[in-house]
Amino acid sequence: MNDLRDLYQEVILDHNKQPRNFRILPQPTHHADGVNPLCGDRISVFLDIEDDIIQDISFQGAGCAISSASASLMTEALKGKPVDEVEHLFEAFHTVVTTNAECPKGLGKLSVLAGVRNYPSRVKCATLAWHAVRAALEHEKQPVATE
Amino acid sequence: MSALPPLTTASAGNTKLDLTRIRAEFPILRQRIHGKPLVYLDNAASVQKPNAVIDAISDCYRNYYANIHRGVHLLSERSTIAYEGTREKVRALLNAASIREIIFTRGTTESINLVASSFGGSTIKIGDEIVITGMEHHSNIVPWQLLCERTGAVLKVVPFSDAGELILEEYQRLLNSGRVKLAAFVHISNALGTINPVNTMIDLARARGIPTLIDGAQAVAHLTVDVRALNCDFYAFSGHKLYGPSGVGVLYGKQALLEAMPPYQGGGDMISVVTFEKTEYADLPNKFEAGTPNIAGVIGLGAALDWLNHLGLDAVAAHEQQLLEDATAQLLAIPGLSIMGTARDKTALVAFTLHGIHPHDIGTILDREGIAIRAGHHCAQPVMQRYGVPATARASFAVYNTRDEVEALVKSIWKVKELFA
Repeated sequence: MNDLRDLYQEVILDHNKQPRNFRILPQPTHHADGVNPLCGDRISVFLDIEDDIIQDISFQGAGCAISSASASLMTEALKGKPVDEVEHLFEAFHTVVTTNAECPKGLGKLSVLAGVRNYPSRVKCATLAWHAVRAALEHEKQPVATE
Repeated sequence: MSALPPLTTASAGNTKLDLTRIRAEFPILRQRIHGKPLVYLDNAASVQKPNAVIDAISDCYRNYYANIHRGVHLLSERSTIAYEGTREKVRALLNAASIREIIFTRGTTESINLVASSFGGSTIKIGDEIVITGMEHHSNIVPWQLLCERTGAVLKVVPFSDAGELILEEYQRLLNSGRVKLAAFVHISNALGTINPVNTMIDLARARGIPTLIDGAQAVAHLTVDVRALNCDFYAFSGHKLYGPSGVGVLYGKQALLEAMPPYQGGGDMISVVTFEKTEYADLPNKFEAGTPNIAGVIGLGAALDWLNHLGLDAVAAHEQQLLEDATAQLLAIPGLSIMGTARDKTALVAFTLHGIHPHDIGTILDREGIAIRAGHHCAQPVMQRYGVPATARASFAVYNTRDEVEALVKSIWKVKELFA
């Protein structure tokens, strides 16, 4: 059980039980779904971006404790940050969950997910919400479809 | 085949399996996972292999391997005899009328694709209907969807009850449209464990002149299948769920149908004469076995069938049903645990959810306890949609599982609850 506590840390269990920013933004400037085809889990992320700053961010969906907690922690980490920082944070986060590198200080609470590195089959759960956010930001670079 | 020591002991009219001896025949079961004894409960995905199968494959490669059906040399003859020997064993397993009705494929999926492509492609037209059920594995959904896209035929789906039993009135209603050209359904559901009333379902289709295909992937290792008694037109299964190697499967088809069907793939071994103007196809079953097949795999499947025959499918089924009863009773005592699939006729698997805990988390925590289960949609996403869940956890049993292992499973699920409390 001890090594399981490395994965399922209190912070993760707490964010799983009471996910932060777990709601739909009524008029997001950016939105995307992340799907993990392995398990069918689906997470939707919503962003409100103004002046290149993430003014608000939220998510919805059903997933395992790791993907839910990761999404919840991600929204906390990204709220108020410049859009440019998403890529940097994602890269640092990805390194932490996939390698044995030391946690960079700037990661803050996100580093509680470092235990995932010992569970390779769960890395996709931890990165699902991040991939969704990156997809949402990508869409902006493409022409907006008229409806 | 050399004489095997008995793995069963007869006592008071009951045949009891000697589990210690059976387990000793599976080298993989001896290992520890994360420091705990391996408890392998992912048998509906694939079962482990006994020494008899591992040795047969190794023996083939070490001592007599060569390509089949073409050599005048001794090794080719020996390989051909062993390969064709499995065909006779499969014929006997299914009680088929002739070895010409037994086609070797890569697995259930390829068997179904063969029928969809060859039988479906030559007989199914725009506006025709294909009936399947709501509890199919993706392998008995997608090939028919592809066929429908190609031909303009329509897929009709038989619904099932909350318990996981097909609604036969709906099945009959769908068959009555006058447009149904094939009914394809699963013998045992991999996601729910339901044993479908295939006898009745085949009879209902036959009464209307509708051919039937049965997906037997989950069935052949757990119950006796007699294709002549069933009177189905096609029956598909995989070797790897039958203690045989992966990459080998079987399609049974009635001879008259197989003869009328065009080949599935072209190539070597499926021809009798080839010129650039015209090719004459080989007779059954070779017409459907283009190219060099999985020779050692088929030979391994033969060894698996011998091994299973030696145990006796009835004794295996009785043991597994005992495990199912134990597991069901003990799991239902866990608060917040729901079992998905509670059909009266059920094979030895339990699909479940725990309130507030995702199946993937259950799977990871159980793995650390040495217990291998499946967590996910089980390649049956429509079944998950039917119950409104993204996934389930599934423990599935095989002949080598023990009542102690059921207890280990239950104890570990209590630990999952503790961790998430």
